[in-house]
Amino acid sequence: MIPAPIDAVCLDANAEVTWKEIVSAAGLPEEELRELVRYGALVPRNPEAPAWTFEARWLVVARTASRIRHDFELDPYGVCVVLGYVERIERLEAEIRALRAKLG
Amino acid sequence: MKYKDYYAILGLKRDATADDIKAAYRRLARKYHPDVSKEKDAEEKFKEMAEAYETLKDPEKRAAYDQLGNYTPGQEFRPSPDWGDHFARGQGGFDDLDLSSLFAGFARAQKRSGARGADRAMAGSDYEAVVRISLEQAFHGAEIDLELSVLEWGPEGGVRRVPHRVKTRIPRGVTDGEKLRVPGKGGKGVNGGPDGDLYLDVEVTDHPLYRVSGQDLFVDLPLAPWEAILGTSVTLPTPAGAVALKVPAGTRAGQQLRLAGRGMARVGGAAGHLYAMVRIEVPTVVDDAQRALYRKLAETANFNPRAHLEQEASR
Repeated sequence: MIPAPIDAVCLDANAEVTWKEIVSAAGLPEEELRELVRYGALVPRNPEAPAWTFEARWLVVARTASRIRHDFELDPYGVCVVLGYVERIERLEAEIRALRAKLG
Repeated sequence: MKYKDYYAILGLKRDATADDIKAAYRRLARKYHPDVSKEKDAEEKFKEMAEAYETLKDPEKRAAYDQLGNYTPGQEFRPSPDWGDHFARGQGGFDDLDLSSLFAGFARAQKRSGARGADRAMAGSDYEAVVRISLEQAFHGAEIDLELSVLEWGPEGGVRRVPHRVKTRIPRGVTDGEKLRVPGKGGKGVNGGPDGDLYLDVEVTDHPLYRVSGQDLFVDLPLAPWEAILGTSVTLPTPAGAVALKVPAGTRAGQQLRLAGRGMARVGGAAGHLYAMVRIEVPTVVDDAQRALYRKLAETANFNPRAHLEQEASR
């Protein structure tokens, strides 16, 4: 029997993920991820809520944080600084894509 | 399996110290890490050196690697049975393995022998793959069959490379560079642990007509000069089917004519727009009669598009 296709889910602002999912996807110690939240590198929907939830796009950021932490052997604050630059690069790349699309 | 010279990959001699290894890796990681580098083949190069560093930074793994012997990179070789007895605890055979898989299995064996409660539940690994789709597939959504090659650990700790086939449905309206998650389609969990997820990086291939920016689509609309002056109605293709577009009189080159809601549409989200980008094309071949008409137009038209330049030049 051919298995039914599984729906791929867009990791954008419309979908929501739990703190547990963020921890599991990043594979980093929970305490380090809490530090990333404290430094503003991961932003819960409501930081005051007893159980944090996130827009699903933060799952991608958490995985990038994990890669940077591991590959550059950085501490959580260093990871936050690099994440800031990665975000800026992505924003600039999106602007270049938009300009190219307009100019042809 | 094919031999890889981990020392050469990091630009090191075989007697390098632990500090040399760390410094060499860090120097190269700064240059080639795919999150920050735009160097050509950065991702491939980074994977190679991360694999080399992962083995050489661990004294036990480095000793095991050194014991393999010294071959020419790319040369086929097999670890000796003696090597297997000493280092490849529970590895099983070496068939269908590459060097990185061999040391991934080695790391797993190290963890198992060091960890208490080796039978505890463990989540399966997450996998990551690039999925290339056409603009039409991105616009309408698509069912994709992915054939991945992944590492699988057996109950005895042995590791092997196996094909991993995933059938997934890409939702409509995804854009270039977008990340998707296919839940439960990563590696199998161990001892009742949950299966991992599959993460997909979407790449939308270039289209001969449309260009994409986020949810918006752009298409060039060439017009003849008289169509731009007098206005016209054109049939414009869109990914959802052809539409009639009214071009107003006096349309200029570079102007964007917007077709609201004709861009990429997501499930439960607002649709982007389709922009027709006006270009004025001139005929390259004109016959005598046409040339006479243009001359008459030039003599009678009271239109100077460079008035502001002439004003500046005459100062």
